Amino acid sequence: MFSPEIEQAKREDIRALQLARLQKIVAYAYERVPMYRQRFDAIGLRPEHIKTFKDFENVPYTTKDDLRDNYPFGLFAVPMKQIVRLHASSGTTGKPVVGGYTRKDLDNWSTCIARILTMAGATDEDIFHVAFGYGLFTGGFGLHYGVEKLGATVVPVSSGNTERQIMLLKDFGATALIATPSYAMYLAETAKKMGVLQDLKLRLVCMGAEASTAEMHAALQNILGAFPTENYGLTEVGGPGVSGECREKAGMHINEDMFYCEVVDIPHNKVLQEGEQGEMVITTLVKEGMPVLRYRTKDITSVTYEPCKCGRTTARMSRVVGRTDDMLIIRGVNVFPSQIESVLMAMPELGKTYEIIVDRVNYMDVLEVHVEVGDTNLLTDYSKLEALVEKIRHNLRVVLQLDVKVKLVEPFSIRRAEGKVKRVTDLRKK
Amino acid sequence: MLVKQLSVFMENRPGRLYKLTHALGKEGVDFVTLSIADTKDYGIVRFIARDNERAYEILKNEGFTVGITELIGVEVDDKPNALAEVVALMEEADMNIEYLYSFVLTNHNTAKILMRVEDTDRAVAMLRQKGIKLLSEKIL
Repeated sequence: MFSPEIEQAKREDIRALQLARLQKIVAYAYERVPMYRQRFDAIGLRPEHIKTFKDFENVPYTTKDDLRDNYPFGLFAVPMKQIVRLHASSGTTGKPVVGGYTRKDLDNWSTCIARILTMAGATDEDIFHVAFGYGLFTGGFGLHYGVEKLGATVVPVSSGNTERQIMLLKDFGATALIATPSYAMYLAETAKKMGVLQDLKLRLVCMGAEASTAEMHAALQNILGAFPTENYGLTEVGGPGVSGECREKAGMHINEDMFYCEVVDIPHNKVLQEGEQGEMVITTLVKEGMPVLRYRTKDITSVTYEPCKCGRTTARMSRVVGRTDDMLIIRGVNVFPSQIESVLMAMPELGKTYEIIVDRVNYMDVLEVHVEVGDTNLLTDYSKLEALVEKIRHNLRVVLQLDVKVKLVEPFSIRRAEGKVKRVTDLRKK
Repeated sequence: MLVKQLSVFMENRPGRLYKLTHALGKEGVDFVTLSIADTKDYGIVRFIARDNERAYEILKNEGFTVGITELIGVEVDDKPNALAEVVALMEEADMNIEYLYSFVLTNHNTAKILMRVEDTDRAVAMLRQKGIKLLSEKIL
């Protein structure tokens, strides 16, 4: 354990620390950030009113729009002189979200990452191949400094040029890979295609920036022979480092001394109980540069407080099962792309990538799934391929309660991005 | 006694067949046979190359989904009713032919028939017993 004093603390000690830090950060944000002050004042809430966790539920949510409206530095709580680093989201759907970090923030961030890598099984003897993009994206530098804090070796490859990446993985003898799940899959498949799997020394794959599924983990473990884990974070609360999986893979341990996580039923504005599924709402507990109160992540998850078999007592969140804004409503039925993914990944006769297309034809929603044929034995005759299409349709219908149009496509005809993958295309007019 | 055929999954959209034939052509791989049935969204391109193993490697590296299927090949005189006689034998033995195609090589005066059947072993034994000349890959 990287920080046993926190990771193994008694639940009541963690709770006490969280409450004290919540009170402090609320006062800090109120004093220094106009948006929070205005919002508190508008509802007559004062930082000193927050005496319990229940009281904290009165704090208004912060949304992505709030962060954008205050672009670029409106939510910073310290003068620029104290900010030593800026990061930003890609901003593909509007103005980017900007984060400012003080030196202390960077140190805390690296600690969070070092803990997560340690719980994934890493030590200071590992060589980390960091295939996250370096730049404004929080992933590259975030993991980079975490690896250094751990004392391991970092290979800052960044993204792109897959064949060269595989050469470097081989030549530098990397033992751990840091990548998005989709890029990890792509690297694994490419390495297999190049016939170099036996030359790789990878034993860990630490994935983040996108949600992965159990099936992807199984596929990666199978191809690379490395132990995959997932970790979680988002630019808005500082980047990766909120939580990560330990070797038990029974949820992601939250860095609870740094983040206060609530699971909320947003439509009913109700904080949910342990085990209940809802939207993750995060408050940064120690951020100086840009504290964020009750940020609505739109990620759907649940939290458990049971002590973990690994010995840690920190709360664990489930892998993100979907996003409130990823959720597709098809003919009135709620569909998460992750549900489709888990059906497809559970079928060994299919390839490892897929694409979902939603369209409206004659006022009817149509859900179409494109998937690659993986098992070449099915090419002996058409009836086997037709049977495969029927099987996919059946399996999807069981899970989604919907009729889905299935199309078999050639490998690599599905768009593969070397970063976050856009697997869903919604062609319906808004 | 069986003939290996390569089967490639192909989407039904422009340029795909060119990509396949060119991938092999530029490497100097020669086709002996090639057949495609028309379907709506996708097809299976079935072919035998002069050097099947090389063709398989090339296509795999180019990212095609390619599989190997074993066919029964028979050689008959290039004259009327020759095909019918073979088909009749199969029907008599109650053996279903999934698909079949035939071709004639220049400077041979025989026709070759390639068949995909469910129970290859049984069909081979039957045809051999009836004195039908079976092809091996080498004869191609």
